[in-house]
Amino acid sequence: MDKEAGKKAIVEYLTKKAKSKSKFYLKDFYEVIPEEKPRDVKNLVNEMVKDGTLEYWSSGSTTMIGLKGTGKQAAAEDEA
Amino acid sequence: MAKHATPLLDQLESGPWPSWVSDIKQEAETRAKNVNGIEYQIPVDVCEDVLGLMELTYVQKRTHWKHGGIVGVFGYGGGVIGRYCDQPQQFPGVAHFHTVRVSQPAGKYYSTKYLKDICDLWERRGSGLTNMHGSTGDIIFIGTTTPQLEEIFFELTHNLNQDLGGSGSNLRTPSDCIGSSRCEYSCYDTQALCHALTVDYQDELHRPAFPYKFKFKFDGCPNCCVASIARSDMSFIGTWKDDIRIDQKAVQAYIGGELKPNAGAHASRDWGKFDIAKEVLNLCPTKCMWMDGGKLVIDNKECTRCMHCINVMPRGLRIGQETGLSILVGAKAPILDGAQMGSLLVPFIKVEEPYDEIKEVIEGVWDWWMEEGKNRERLGELIKRQGFQKLLEVTNIEAMPQHVQEPRHNPYIFWREDEVEGGFEREITEFRKHHQR
Repeated sequence: MDKEAGKKAIVEYLTKKAKSKSKFYLKDFYEVIPEEKPRDVKNLVNEMVKDGTLEYWSSGSTTMIGLKGTGKQAAAEDEA
Repeated sequence: MAKHATPLLDQLESGPWPSWVSDIKQEAETRAKNVNGIEYQIPVDVCEDVLGLMELTYVQKRTHWKHGGIVGVFGYGGGVIGRYCDQPQQFPGVAHFHTVRVSQPAGKYYSTKYLKDICDLWERRGSGLTNMHGSTGDIIFIGTTTPQLEEIFFELTHNLNQDLGGSGSNLRTPSDCIGSSRCEYSCYDTQALCHALTVDYQDELHRPAFPYKFKFKFDGCPNCCVASIARSDMSFIGTWKDDIRIDQKAVQAYIGGELKPNAGAHASRDWGKFDIAKEVLNLCPTKCMWMDGGKLVIDNKECTRCMHCINVMPRGLRIGQETGLSILVGAKAPILDGAQMGSLLVPFIKVEEPYDEIKEVIEGVWDWWMEEGKNRERLGELIKRQGFQKLLEVTNIEAMPQHVQEPRHNPYIFWREDEVEGGFEREITEFRKHHQR
């Protein structure tokens, strides 16, 4: 699968799930493009963060990844 | 007059030990006075609000911190840990109170100028409170606001030649002992290896790659000053292959009392005359040393490199000359599934630039863990789940006696079906002819 198709598959998957879930483990992305090696998926996901499609969420110990702008955003974190 | 009354916290200051409450109060006072005219970029009363919030937590016995978030610096998946307070109206100074992890230099060697510079930066753009150092080894900046994060990162990288450390599902900031820079026990240059791997694995350090955290730690000898064997997923411990070097004259000087045992570390009290049998020979875990007519003899093949004899008589005994390191894997703290110590994977490996042999082991382990590890599963837990034998398979390492902790304790070598003639199927009627049920 080429890069662009991989990115498209990831965005489609996240958009489909967006109603119930906004943050995903890196491992969830392996299942979206199972034909790619984990290391390549990791590189693709990180590239998508760089180009602003995805964003990281971190608890400090675990990192999750979601579509940029979905779920609670930094500006709203201090609101109840 | 303090902004918030904190009677419960004040009580903590009454003990004989130094108190973090006093430290925070001191910083609060310094910020309020601001004799150096610092242009504070976050609320001046941040430290007072920390104390107020903490007092409320003690009173109510519930936390008011919200942990985690999407804050960070662009392109980095780690280094910043979001923290917010759930009572921002009452404590506006700590409405945002993010933590920043700063990568410590190898061996934690600092110049005073560097320390002053990072403290100045943190006074101006953060709370001024630091943790030197966090458990993983980073310098921890405690408490700043979201708009300051990119500014801090810019100043660190452009003015102080300093990077952020690791957090989240990343390679965490590798940490090491001072190694051969100051320690004669060091079996390899811990700082060189720690620095080289930190530079080589920048991507893993800053961009989430793994199911969970992953820690490297480098100890120059089995004294394990950074406790790598207990705290790191992959621990690199210096060791040697040949014999412990003995200076019989110096050994006699210890026996005769001319040299102080443990380099005088326990000399503040009179422990009586040094007794080599009681203090060294009988404490050897494998009983591999004895005195033969006034000469110390070591059966080196039985030595487990516990370092005790060398620590007691450093002038009499020295590490061997054929040095390298052992790699242990799977140690972790008890967040899930209990604490674990590292298991020996590679008994001996030479430490030679560009460290290709070491990297081959690292990357074999990573590929397996990235593919097979469950979310939030540490390497040690995966080894337990799939077996040590599987780890040997993925790293192409032959099973060897050193892998066995003790006989019949951790058997992990099993026959595979393809290694057994005829496989695991058998003709039961043929079997029953010779064996009754």
